[in-house]
Amino acid sequence: MAGGRPWASPNRVAAWLVGIAVLAFLLYVPQYYEATTVNRYTTAIFIGIAAMGLNILTGYNGQVSIGHGAFFALGGYTSALLMRDAGWPFLATVPIAALVCFVVGALVGFPALRVKGLYLALVTLGLAVVFPDVARKFVNSTDGFFDHNGEPGTVQLSIREHLAPPFWHDWFADPIADRLRDWIGARDQWAYYCALFLGLLLLLGVWLISRSRFGRALIAVRDHEAAAATVGIDLARVKVAAFALSALYAGVAGSLAVMINRSASVTKQEVFQDSIFFLVAVVIGGTATVVGPMIGAFILVFVQEWLDESDWLSDLLDDQRARLASPALFGIALILAMYVLPDGLVGGSRRLLRRLKRRRPVSEAAVT
Amino acid sequence: MDLFVSQLMIGIQAGVVYASLALALVLIYRTTGLLNFAQGEMALLSTYLTWKFTDYGLPVWVSIVASVLVSFAGGALVERVVMRPVEQSSPLVLVIVTIGMFLALNAITQVIFGTDDKHLPRAYPFEVWEVAGIRVRSDTLVLIGVLVAECVLLWYLVQKTKLGLALRAVASNPDSSRLVGVSVGTMLMVGWGLAAGLGALAGALVVPTTPALTPGSMQSILVFAFAAAALGGFDSPLGAVVGGLVMGVANALTVEYVDALDGIELVVPFGLILLVLLFRPAGLFGRVHVERV
Repeated sequence: MAGGRPWASPNRVAAWLVGIAVLAFLLYVPQYYEATTVNRYTTAIFIGIAAMGLNILTGYNGQVSIGHGAFFALGGYTSALLMRDAGWPFLATVPIAALVCFVVGALVGFPALRVKGLYLALVTLGLAVVFPDVARKFVNSTDGFFDHNGEPGTVQLSIREHLAPPFWHDWFADPIADRLRDWIGARDQWAYYCALFLGLLLLLGVWLISRSRFGRALIAVRDHEAAAATVGIDLARVKVAAFALSALYAGVAGSLAVMINRSASVTKQEVFQDSIFFLVAVVIGGTATVVGPMIGAFILVFVQEWLDESDWLSDLLDDQRARLASPALFGIALILAMYVLPDGLVGGSRRLLRRLKRRRPVSEAAVT
Repeated sequence: MDLFVSQLMIGIQAGVVYASLALALVLIYRTTGLLNFAQGEMALLSTYLTWKFTDYGLPVWVSIVASVLVSFAGGALVERVVMRPVEQSSPLVLVIVTIGMFLALNAITQVIFGTDDKHLPRAYPFEVWEVAGIRVRSDTLVLIGVLVAECVLLWYLVQKTKLGLALRAVASNPDSSRLVGVSVGTMLMVGWGLAAGLGALAGALVVPTTPALTPGSMQSILVFAFAAAALGGFDSPLGAVVGGLVMGVANALTVEYVDALDGIELVVPFGLILLVLLFRPAGLFGRVHVERV
């Protein structure tokens, strides 16, 4: 135990209480909100998953990538193709997507051993630029399939066959199956609980990594490569592993996105935007923190929705211009956020907590 | 053979475009150590400004000069207002701020000027000459001429003037240069201003050779400019020019000759970058940073 703090210190209890309350709320979301909102929560979760992965690479290991949208798309394709062409159920495709991205991530990670900093960022940008072309070329030509629109590089999924929740009556006795159908019978609910489950699992993964020998090695390599090598850390293995793991997270996120988008498709703009979105979520939430990226993702998704749908902008400008202006506000908000909270929301609230604690010994649970 | 040469010309013309923007990126990198994601969008706004001036009836050359001057001031202003507060922060924060600017500037351009296509006239007559069976377009010659002039002027400014010395001093060691009386803030503003001006010039010359000026005009060019800068080395203006030309020519030749890569021509330039960086991690002409432990 770090520092040997007592298990039931007031801080610990407060953190647990907040955690349980948040979890309870998250479990309740799809029972309360309508499908659109639930889908938005699901979106926030899978963006958070990708951001958590990027955080392993960028936050803990200090390698900046602006190409993780490519892994995100790769995960989506893997899942979509397995569902469409091999008829697999969704959950079975997730581990495969994760594995594919892990392997590809490791392969991409090898050049990263020599290329550093900005140059690495550029190589990953190249990945984001090239991947859509590759997908457009090969997703069609390999299986000779064109969807209804004939749009190359798009894998369209059927809602009824691929995306609907399992038919619980095949699995359970009627009373249980009925309840299950009530709780997770709708498509949005099913997608949401899948995302929540995987999100929590992967969050646990980051937490374990952050406290492990491997996690400390990541940080050591980030802070001082030469010193890390001197104390016996295998630089190559740590860096490649960080890359592969972050790709795995992005791949799982991509799989989940298929459930919401009902297709896997890829354009350069999407891949680039996704890549940037993940990075922004990491920094807004807090680099090198366990929950930061997830919080950052939620903030991003909901702030953007608020900007897109708020009326005050339309009152100010005409309708079309208001729609165009919302990314401008988003960009400005981003810059302002960096002025106020350069260490992200989690880092910022930690500072706030520390300051409050210095004044009054009893901690404020509400601040987290 | 003719086909080869004409593809080569197409490649060179595209390469010159990438090189001009890459030069602007390198300039900011050299003075501030920062990769500016908003560079393309700054150039976009400047180009729209040029278009607006011509729309008011000003001659094209006058519009370009005016736009370059306004952009210089705008770039300096951006440094002073947007970048200065986070100057001391971690590189990641700086990257996010320039991304914020990227989004904001693009959207602001759309709000001000609308999303419909604009047509910016050429500042020179468009002609095609046949020289020994090779078609040479006046576009190519003008772009090359301007790029060469840019390079010479920049080289003179940075290497031979007192201002250039101060710029280099700030880039290599801000703290020491402050101690010897160089105004670091002013130099950073000048660096950003120069980059914005270069971007304005590049945009005003490039856009007339494309079908139309749209809010997306600069994005693919920016990606290639980044790639060019990486290929040549972020701290080398010469590298930016060579990198830009290599990217342009490699792309044009792949499009024509390698059928297997039809649709995925981009693999070649980026594969090239990867290959170069594997053997020279700081780019072709970049200086390797040695760390003393």
